[in-house]
Amino acid sequence: MRIPPGVSSKDFSSALQEFEAAVGKPWVFTSDEDLDLYRDSYSPVWNEDEEPIPSAAVAPDGVEQVQAIVRTANKYKIPLWTISTGKNLGYGGSAPRLRGSVVLDLKRMNRVLEINEKNHYALLEPGVSYFDLYQYIHERQLNVWIDPPDPGWGSPVGNSLERGGGYTPMHDHFDAVCGLEVVLPSGEVMRTGMGALPGAKTWQQYKYGFGPHVTPIFSQSSLGIVTKMGIWLLPPPEAYLSGTVMVWKHHDLIPLVEIFAELQDSGIIRGTTSFASPFWLGPPNPELDSLRASGSVKPLEDYAERKKIPYWSLPLPFYGPAKVVAAQWEYAKEKFSSIPGVTFQDGPSHRFPLGAEELAKIPDTVPLGIPSLHIFSLLPPGSQGHIGFSPILPMSGEALLEAMTVFDRVHSELGAGRAALVVLTSFPRALVIIDLFPVERNVERNRKTREIYRRLIKEAAAHGWGEYRTHTTFMGDISNTYSFNNHVLRRFHETIKDAVDPNGILSPGKCGIWPKHLREEKA
Amino acid sequence: MKTMGIRLAVVLGLILAAQALAAQEQRVPSAWTPATPSAQGQPRGYVEYQKFCSQCHGQGVGKPGTLALADKYKGEKPALLEKRTDLTPEIVKIFVRNGISVMPFFRKTEISDADLDAIAAYLTRNNKKP
Ligand SMILES: Cc1cc2nc3c(=O)[nH]c(=O)nc-3n(C[C@H](O)[C@H](O)[C@H](O)COP(=O)(O)OP(=O)(O)OC[C@H]3O[C@@H](n4cnc5c(N)ncnc54)[C@H](O)[C@@H]3O)c2cc1C
Repeated sequence: MRIPPGVSSKDFSSALQEFEAAVGKPWVFTSDEDLDLYRDSYSPVWNEDEEPIPSAAVAPDGVEQVQAIVRTANKYKIPLWTISTGKNLGYGGSAPRLRGSVVLDLKRMNRVLEINEKNHYALLEPGVSYFDLYQYIHERQLNVWIDPPDPGWGSPVGNSLERGGGYTPMHDHFDAVCGLEVVLPSGEVMRTGMGALPGAKTWQQYKYGFGPHVTPIFSQSSLGIVTKMGIWLLPPPEAYLSGTVMVWKHHDLIPLVEIFAELQDSGIIRGTTSFASPFWLGPPNPELDSLRASGSVKPLEDYAERKKIPYWSLPLPFYGPAKVVAAQWEYAKEKFSSIPGVTFQDGPSHRFPLGAEELAKIPDTVPLGIPSLHIFSLLPPGSQGHIGFSPILPMSGEALLEAMTVFDRVHSELGAGRAALVVLTSFPRALVIIDLFPVERNVERNRKTREIYRRLIKEAAAHGWGEYRTHTTFMGDISNTYSFNNHVLRRFHETIKDAVDPNGILSPGKCGIWPKHLREEKA
Repeated sequence: MKTMGIRLAVVLGLILAAQALAAQEQRVPSAWTPATPSAQGQPRGYVEYQKFCSQCHGQGVGKPGTLALADKYKGEKPALLEKRTDLTPEIVKIFVRNGISVMPFFRKTEISDADLDAIAAYLTRNNKKP
């Protein structure tokens, strides 16, 4: 039997019995075979001592059952780690931060509680996946769109609480959250925002309620277990139109980003896009690598011209009435025309609803609000998975050029070729860079990856860039970089943690916040 | 992660492969399109398969599992699991509970043992009787 740290086997057995009484025997998992399914399939510490394998998993099917589990956990000081759909691959999967935690698996709580077609929102339980939600809406032909992230098997609750992102105009997922129901570490049920008013008629329509706004402290957090979440949806747009802006010189990136920022902040471009360059952001290419080694951009620009490959390209997605999106693309072209030599290419466009035949031809439906797993076909064949290093950068070409140089240098200094970065516009007024590292079932290679990853965290912080989210393995490292004024933010979090969760039972170590009794040991 | 960098270089190739595959196989819409084949009267294994497996192993474009198997078998065996006649229930269960490559293993709260039995029975329904 695996046992949580600091808990006697007698207490653990009693706790398991109480869990069984709460949820039914089949929903408490303790065999190695069952618990192995809670390992992180993309773990960068696979089969190493620090791999956070849980001691049990318990799967409730209702708020009262969650409360009963929390009360038992308090009684025996059992660490719980909450997951909704547990598909947090790249950032920890369904595995906890602390080895020996009990995973609280909310997958069975998978009811769509309400969809409102007039005010465009949903009220969901945590186990509802993007696939489930799409299916539910689709079967009933409801007049709303959802915004899925790339893999559709995760959940609005898990993804939004991690502050993930998608592609349609609702792409900032936590920004779309409106009203939570939370089981607190005491076992009490609390509702945030307007939900604090008994019989509230606007729980999912107005976020802030009255007084200090606490909904955000339950994101990337260990302060509560979210059992219901409101999320805003999108009225289906009439049309989607896309077009690509292509520029040919290295420094064209600077006006390219600047004009994009103005269009995005003006609400003209509302979907997520990504800045691309085969010279800087693509997978390794020996020919380009040797051109780059010259240290000058001229050979690359010549190559771009010779081969007619745009140095930078930026696909733009437009969502809205057909006449409006056409006008927006025209306007964007006018704006980008100030960059000498810029060229444009019209991309796919669609009118909604899509016919079955048209839909069947679209490989990537995610930007059209239809969840899929298409993204996995873009990963290198034979890959075992990856982890993402995800710093937030200013929305500027200068910052992006600097970051590419810094990350490239770190990669090559540590013998890892050059960085293949993805640059997304998922959040307003900032860029998020995703540097993907392959994970393997190979201890030595994973150690090397962790070394590079940790160097990048430090280098990024030294440049004023911090990560938006990270794999459980690096939560402490990243929390250490958010150190303004002698780590006052972390000390503030710890003060709240100790007050709200005195026994430290919920998600110990999440985002570098440890309960009092583990703080020194884990620092 | 809409990897445009990766897209330009690799994806175009993959999209072409996907289109070739789609042209080869008779095209039916995926489980998530308006024309989803009705689950009514279908065996449980079919229903569970549509729910958990078809987004990756279904027919049509953009299905990574089908693409990966097409690449692996190069026409020697069907890339679509539903068309295979050589799978055993045991092998289906091993892949679902152990994962392979980027396909993670599935927990019992996602696919229960009973659902998995049904999926395994569905995928072996066309095997020749010994
Ligand atoms: C190829 C690939 C592409 C990806 N693309 C994207 C993308 O486009 N956008 C994106 O955002 N992510 C992306 N990811 C990362 C990840 O897969 C998704 O974010 C996924 O949705 C997260 O898993 P989940 O929804 O199942 O959340 P879960 O795993 O259920 O939860 C994530 C975390 O949130 C917390 N949590 C969950 N539920 C609760 C609760 N009820 N109460 C309190 N805390 C809770 C826990 O700390 C948990 O570990 C990608 C991953 C891969 C492998």
